[in-house]
Amino acid sequence: MRLAEAWRVALDALRANRLRSMLTMLGVIIGVAAVVALVAIGTGTKQQIENQVEGLGSNLLIVVPGRLEAGSAPTSSPLTLDDLDVVNRAVGDRSRVAVTIASGETVRAGTRTGYASMQGVLETTPTVFVRRLDRGAYFTRTDVSTGRRVAVLGAGVARDLFGDRDPIGRQLTIGGVRFRVVGVFQQLGQSLGVDRDGEVHVPVTAAQRLLGTERIDGLAIRAPDRDRIGDLSTAVVAALAERHPDTDFSAVTQEQILGVLGDILGVLTGVLAAIAGISLLVGGVGVSNIMLVSVRERTREIGLRKAVGARPRDIGVQFLLEAVLLTTTGGILGMALGAGTALLVDRLSPVPAAVTWWSMALAFGVSAAVGIVFGVVPAQRAGRLDPVVALRTE
Amino acid sequence: MSAIEATDVSRTYELDGVSVQALRGVSLTVEPGDYLAIIGTSGSGKSTLMHLLGGLDRPTGGTLLIGGRDVARLTPNEMAELRNTTIGFVFQSFHLLARTTAQDNVGLPLVYRGAGRRERRDRAAAMLDRVGLGHRITHRPNQMSGGEQQRVAIARALVTGPSVLLADEPTGNLDSATGSSVLSLLESLVDEGVAVVLVTHDRDVAARAHRQIRMKDGRIVETR
Repeated sequence: MRLAEAWRVALDALRANRLRSMLTMLGVIIGVAAVVALVAIGTGTKQQIENQVEGLGSNLLIVVPGRLEAGSAPTSSPLTLDDLDVVNRAVGDRSRVAVTIASGETVRAGTRTGYASMQGVLETTPTVFVRRLDRGAYFTRTDVSTGRRVAVLGAGVARDLFGDRDPIGRQLTIGGVRFRVVGVFQQLGQSLGVDRDGEVHVPVTAAQRLLGTERIDGLAIRAPDRDRIGDLSTAVVAALAERHPDTDFSAVTQEQILGVLGDILGVLTGVLAAIAGISLLVGGVGVSNIMLVSVRERTREIGLRKAVGARPRDIGVQFLLEAVLLTTTGGILGMALGAGTALLVDRLSPVPAAVTWWSMALAFGVSAAVGIVFGVVPAQRAGRLDPVVALRTE
Repeated sequence: MSAIEATDVSRTYELDGVSVQALRGVSLTVEPGDYLAIIGTSGSGKSTLMHLLGGLDRPTGGTLLIGGRDVARLTPNEMAELRNTTIGFVFQSFHLLARTTAQDNVGLPLVYRGAGRRERRDRAAAMLDRVGLGHRITHRPNQMSGGEQQRVAIARALVTGPSVLLADEPTGNLDSATGSSVLSLLESLVDEGVAVVLVTHDRDVAARAHRQIRMKDGRIVETR
C-alpha cells in the first residue's frame, strides 16, 4: 500500500468519528500546550534574570565579608572606608571600585512621604555599575569627601515624591535629614526581585553620618577585562584579609551568579516540563485506549482488507498512522495553544515567557513519538488479527 | 495447471484445549472455468474448506496448492499477495466498507498492489459498468439495494482479475429474483474461464453449478 493512501485512510477514519477524535486529541493538545507554555515561562524567567544580572555591568566582581554558603551566619561588616586604599592599590584604578552601605529609610518631600532604599556610595558607582541618569548629574568626588547631603533619586522615588515637578534642586529628607536632589536615574524596573527605581543614592560619607556608623557593607570592582577577574579577586581578598585577619571575605563574579541562577532555573524549567510531560503521557494513554476500541470496532473491516490482499504490515501501518495523525494534529494545535498562552501570560501578567523553537520542536517530536509508542500495540493487534475470525465478527 | 489442488487436506482447531476436526482428509481439484458448488449443513466443514481454498487459512494436514504454490511454504505476506492476485471473495453479508463509494469499495484490492488512485478509479468504474452498476459508482452501500451491494462486491472480487472466485452463500441475503440475477452474473464469468466456487446450503442454487460436492462432518460424502 502506498503511504499517501495510508494517510488518506487514516484521515477518513478519524473524520468518521469526529467528536471522538477531537476528545482524544484534546488530551494531547493540553499536554503539548502545557509543555510549551511552562517551558516558555521557565525560559522567559531565566532570560529576564540573566539580563538583569548582565545589566549590572560586565566583568563585575563583588566582594563582601563572610562566606557565601548556605547556612553560614551573616557577618557584620568590619570594612570601613579606610580599607578602600588597599583595594584601590590592588586594583590600580580607583574609578573601577565602588562601595555601598544600604539602609531602608523613610523619605519625605513637602507633604509626600515614601520609603526608599538609601544607598551610600562613591561617585564611581555610575561607571562601575551601568546606571544612567535621566536628569541632573551624579554627585562628585568632592561631594563624597565632604559628606555633602545631595541625593540622586530612583525614577520611582522621584515620581512618588515630586510627581510631575522637576525634582532637581528641590529638598527632601531621608531618615529625617535634609538632602538636596541633584539627579534622577533612568527607569530600571525590577532586578532580582528588587525594585531598583526605589533607590536613593547619596555620598557614602553622608550615609555613614546619618546612620552613625563607619562601616561599609561591600565592595564592587569592575575588571578591565574578563581575564583579569580571577587575579583581581585573589588580590583584593588577600589585601582585605591582611587587614582583617578574623574575617573571611568572599568574591563573586557575575558569571558565578549567572551559573548558580541558571542551574536553579534550568532545574525549575525541567520540573515544569516534566509535570507537563505527565499530562502528555496521560493524553497518550487516551490515544492508545481509543485505538484499541477502534481496532475492535473495525475488526470486520480488517478481515475484509486482509481477504482482498492487505498484508499484516499494511493493516498495522494504517492504524499506526491513525494514532500518529491524532497526536501530531493534537501536537500542532497544542503548540499553537501553548505559544498563545505564553504570549498572553507575557503580555498580561508580570510573569515573563519566551517561546523557544526548541521547545516547540521538542513538543511536536514528543507528540509524534507518543502516537508511535501508544499506537504500536493497537496496530500490532490489528495486523495480527486472523482474517477468518475477523470476517466472522459481528 | 489446476487453479487449486487439495490433497488429503485436514484442518484441526484447538478450542479451549479440545481438538475439533473441521476437515478430515479432503481432496479436491478446481480447474479454470470450473463451476462448483459445495453444499452441506451448518458445521459440515464447508466454510472451513472455503477459507482454505481462498488462502485465508492453512491446513493442518495434507497439501494445498493454490495457483501452483504450496500454501504451507508461504509467509503471511506471500499469502496476502496470493489472495490479492489469484482469489476473489464474495460474502453473504457483502462486507462493503460503509461511508465509502461503490467505486472506492471496488478499487480496494488494488490499494494493496500499490495502484495509484486514478488507475484504481478507472478500473473500478469499468468493473462496475460490467456488473451493470455504471450509473451507481458514487453511491454508498446504504444507498443501494442488497442485490446492488452484492454486485459491487462481485465487481470488487473481479477487479484484480482472479483465476478463482469464491462465493460464500452469495444469495443468502437476497430475494430469489435478485439472487438469480447475481448467479447469472457469476455464471457469465465461468464462460470467461474463471473458476467459480459457491458455498451454499440452497439446493436450487447448487443445482445450477456444473459440479456439486456434498460435505458432512468434515468429509466429502458425495460428488456429482
